[in-house]
Amino acid sequence: MEKPADSNTEQGASLGRDAWRRLKRNRLAMAGLVVLVVVSGTVVVGPWMVSHSYETQDTALGATAPNWNNWLGTDPLGRDLFSRMLYGGRVSLLVGLAATAVSLLIGVLYGATSGYLGGRADAVMMRLVDILYALPFTVFVIILMVFFGRNFLFLFLAIGAVEWLTMARIVRGQVLTLRHREFVEAAVVMGLPVWRILLFHIIPNTLGPVIIYATLTVPSVMLLEAFLSFLGLGVQPPMSSWGLLIKEGVDVMEEYPWLLLFPSVAFSMTLFALNALGDGLRDALDPRTSRD
Amino acid sequence: MIGFVLRRTLEAIPVLLVVFTVAFFLVRLAPGGPFDSEKRASPQVLQQLESQYRLNEPLYSQYLDYLGGVLHGDFGPSFRKPGRTVSEWIALRFPVSLELGTYALLVALAVGMGAGLLAALRPNSALDHGTMSVAMLGICLPGFVLGPLLVLVFALWLGWLPVMGWSTPMHKILPSITLGAAYAAYIARLARGGMLEVLAQDFIRTARAKGLSETRIVLRHALRGGVQPVVAFLGPAAAGLFTGSFVVETIFQVPGLGREFVESAFNRDYTMVIGSVLVYAVLVVALNLVADIALALLDPRVRAQ
Repeated sequence: MEKPADSNTEQGASLGRDAWRRLKRNRLAMAGLVVLVVVSGTVVVGPWMVSHSYETQDTALGATAPNWNNWLGTDPLGRDLFSRMLYGGRVSLLVGLAATAVSLLIGVLYGATSGYLGGRADAVMMRLVDILYALPFTVFVIILMVFFGRNFLFLFLAIGAVEWLTMARIVRGQVLTLRHREFVEAAVVMGLPVWRILLFHIIPNTLGPVIIYATLTVPSVMLLEAFLSFLGLGVQPPMSSWGLLIKEGVDVMEEYPWLLLFPSVAFSMTLFALNALGDGLRDALDPRTSRD
Repeated sequence: MIGFVLRRTLEAIPVLLVVFTVAFFLVRLAPGGPFDSEKRASPQVLQQLESQYRLNEPLYSQYLDYLGGVLHGDFGPSFRKPGRTVSEWIALRFPVSLELGTYALLVALAVGMGAGLLAALRPNSALDHGTMSVAMLGICLPGFVLGPLLVLVFALWLGWLPVMGWSTPMHKILPSITLGAAYAAYIARLARGGMLEVLAQDFIRTARAKGLSETRIVLRHALRGGVQPVVAFLGPAAAGLFTGSFVVETIFQVPGLGREFVESAFNRDYTMVIGSVLVYAVLVVALNLVADIALALLDPRVRAQ
């Protein structure tokens, strides 16, 4: 991959244009893209448009089925489910993006450094990744969340720290093939410091696989957040996240099934869209493994 | 081959030591202790409890003491559940998780391999697209969504199966499906990919040219190579199934180690937490090793490396 995927200065079939053409033909991926745009647009703008607050309780009202006033009904505390889902969606997507960014940052820097240094440093650094791979990570995340409080920042850090391993491996593999190329040697000859070479010359060339993997990391991070919130270890009430809403829905599903159904559908639909888009991007950006 | 197994086993020792050390210090350095909730305990009682569990000694000496005990298979007493040692609790809870994981693995293998092979034999057909869309859906329906939905439909609305518990075979159906579903989806995708790759190779064309029946080609020639991605996935998958049932055990009130672990973490039951973590780590390491050995047996090229 000579050019980063977003190079648009070139006429003709640049990699980015080629990839976009292939992506457009993939109906599932395009559907995923549309769903994502709609969902993220709704959860970003929505909370300002709705008249109900996500945390205002109305215990006299209690749980109601979907109706004209509360489109998706209310929970046993009288909170409007639609508003809670909008806010929860914001939280879930935000956690997904932020934690992916954390894992991206650690993984890319670590992998690039390891691959570029090579030799013994590389061996030691990758051995460490191997060891971390063998750890039962969910277990450690649970311990971290239980013992060190359940605040938001910590959630990002804990999840990001788990998800960077594969990213580091991918980037290292890329860098290994890149570091003996002429443009890198030219940079070395020019006497650039190592960090400059890594940051401005090598890392931009690894972006293709990194983008693909990042797209697929977002849903797995959202899953982990929802999983933690479901166990009561993630986002805390009266805040809202889709995982938390699903948990609250489970507690009352016999009497008020819609409180379980709506958040579940929203969550699974978004995950589906992200996965479909990620698969489509992989096929589009990496033609060797695609079907056509 | 024996050298390979021996080397990998030796490599597991530092990993387990790291797990133990990290778990020990994470748990100990965190704020809060196991006896915080005993509100009415007098200072004297607290002191006595702490000296009984040796919590008042320096941390490093506790660490070495405990490490020595663990090496002899002694995880000490449970802090919050007196009367049984941690080893006894694990012996009581872990087999349940193992049973649940085994059923889930069987569900995942049967459904996943079936769907994957079916899709690979007719690539890009409606059957292929349909199967793979369902598989993607399976990945997007995590246990804490699928489980409650299954309970809602099959237990509460239809009344065919019990809502929760772990006593009769009927109780075990929904938890096993819930736990196995996502893995079935992954296996279907891997099996399809692996089979497609193998079916495109020269030796399959040769087999076709010899006039072998399609069934024979698939079962005798392609399958061995095609299942490799699945086998590679089975190690981590089995580890995930045996150790990752926190949610499923919580939803269905299954008395396994997963639920026990989450509970003891909430209760700051130091010894229970460290004991469970070690069990999980041993399991993950061992299953990855088994998967690597299986891969080496299936593919001579791996052995040569």
